[in-house]
Amino acid sequence: MPQILVENLVKTFRIAERQPGIGGAIKGLVSRRYRTVKALDGISFSLEAGELVGYIGPNGAGKSTTVKALSGILVPDSGKCVVLGHVPWKDRQAYVAQIGVVFGQRTQLWWDLPVVESFDLLRAIYRVPQPQYAAKRDELIALLNLEPLLDVPVRQLSLGQRMRCDLAAALIHSPSLLFLDEPTIGLDAVSKLAVRDFVRRLNRDDGVTVILTTHDMDDIEALCSRLIVIGGGHILSDGTLDDLRNRVARQRWLILDLAQAGVVVEDPDITVIAQDGSRVTLAFDPAMVPPAALISRITAKYEVQDLFVQNPPIETIIARLYGEAQ
Amino acid sequence: MSGYAAVFSARFRMLLQYRAAALAGFGTQLFWGLIRVMIFEAFFASSSHAQPMRLDETITYIWLGQALFALLPFRTDPDVSQMIRTGSVAYELVRPVDLYGFWYARAVADRVAPTVLRAIPMMIVAWLFLGLRPPASWECGVAWGIATVGAVLMSGAITALMTISLLWTMAGDGIARLMPTIVLFFSGMLVPLVFLPASFQPIVDALPFRDIIDVPFRIYMGHLPPSQWPALLAQEGIWLAVLIGLGRWFLSRSMRRLVVQGG
Repeated sequence: MPQILVENLVKTFRIAERQPGIGGAIKGLVSRRYRTVKALDGISFSLEAGELVGYIGPNGAGKSTTVKALSGILVPDSGKCVVLGHVPWKDRQAYVAQIGVVFGQRTQLWWDLPVVESFDLLRAIYRVPQPQYAAKRDELIALLNLEPLLDVPVRQLSLGQRMRCDLAAALIHSPSLLFLDEPTIGLDAVSKLAVRDFVRRLNRDDGVTVILTTHDMDDIEALCSRLIVIGGGHILSDGTLDDLRNRVARQRWLILDLAQAGVVVEDPDITVIAQDGSRVTLAFDPAMVPPAALISRITAKYEVQDLFVQNPPIETIIARLYGEAQ
Repeated sequence: MSGYAAVFSARFRMLLQYRAAALAGFGTQLFWGLIRVMIFEAFFASSSHAQPMRLDETITYIWLGQALFALLPFRTDPDVSQMIRTGSVAYELVRPVDLYGFWYARAVADRVAPTVLRAIPMMIVAWLFLGLRPPASWECGVAWGIATVGAVLMSGAITALMTISLLWTMAGDGIARLMPTIVLFFSGMLVPLVFLPASFQPIVDALPFRDIIDVPFRIYMGHLPPSQWPALLAQEGIWLAVLIGLGRWFLSRSMRRLVVQGG
């Protein structure tokens, strides 16, 4: 029995449509037109314990809706969903005691209280026995380097500090399943690395199943063994990151800083994606032309100051996948 | 300590920090109390009819009201309103607690903490200088204590209901304007309820608001005889059950249709 089983999940929202201008506003008072939006249109997947899955898609694809349904906050219209042996929205109280949730754009800490008091409160709410709590708290404090933050009221924390505290708060009760909804949003590089490091360790050492939604390509590359891509309420792809790359486009990007601006780079194996002054972005297929050969050919022909090769951003891949789906 | 007690205690401790607010509240209550006393003194001096309450009783009633003003369910829980507006309420829903109990505990803390801060100094000052009388008898004192606990529970139930209504309306402005008027009038805070016209009496007697101000105060003064206490207690119990039941029902209904917007 998988840890999470989702079958044919459907959720629609009814949105009042408003016409622009004063006229529209007055009209809206009398008769209102509604538009239904299918946020989830038959989502199915299953997850085994110990997986670390990236759940990604463009804005409005249904990521957060899925997370909310899985964490028992939202009641879907139809479909089946069993997580840790519970239907999340049916026996909410028993179920949520076993999961941890972090919504990156919100905080679960008490705004006016010092961080450590929020932890104490959560201990009481989750009824964690005192010795177990003390051990877990100290472990989290050490791992996330929270010692200097403990007595600071939450409102005085920076975003990165707050996110580290929020992660700790979500784990006080040692959940076996963790939902992370955009945990690195708005964080600086150092904080992002700290969060990623922590999530990886949590999954590897403690066997916590993690579902991560994000827009950050690096999060996915650094963490996820499996990637579920959703768009328009459907699952577009489910597999490893390499699977996804190979399925959509085996493309790689070569980015050049030329010595002179405005030089046109030409080669039979490349397509120019963008040119901005002296910076040129080229796309090529590594199966058709070995990257080393291509680079030596181009550097021989043009005067290149700097270059690097990268995978196309996840947004590009998803956008393409999304385009294919339509 | 259960989660409910913990959230009560956290909220209580936080509210106790607001010394400036308590001091300002004390000053305001004192000022209004003096004005209300003067109004009633003028009223009694110019009236030749027999009134349902004596002047000294009315003055005691007024100072009790000024002391326990913060018990009134004036506003929604500011933290929960904020959570509902920003969507952080999502976190409240992933806690393994009964959400109504959780919000009720917060509402009660929200009433008790400011009341404790203001009531004790106000009662001492009013008792020493302003004509507040002690309870009519020790029995009345004990019964008043019990009735005040009832008032806290009632106020908490009304606050919780107001807070839950935010899940529908999002903005609490309407409730925040409407409730003070209703509560001030029907609780007896504005004018002791016995002074209202006879035609009003059945209405104010039937409503739950009088259990917050009028009933406990009149028990204190010995204005309501012990023979009526059981009936009053029963009515209060019924109202509490109704309001809590209603709050629970509304909350569970709104949970089913709740949409936490935004990513």
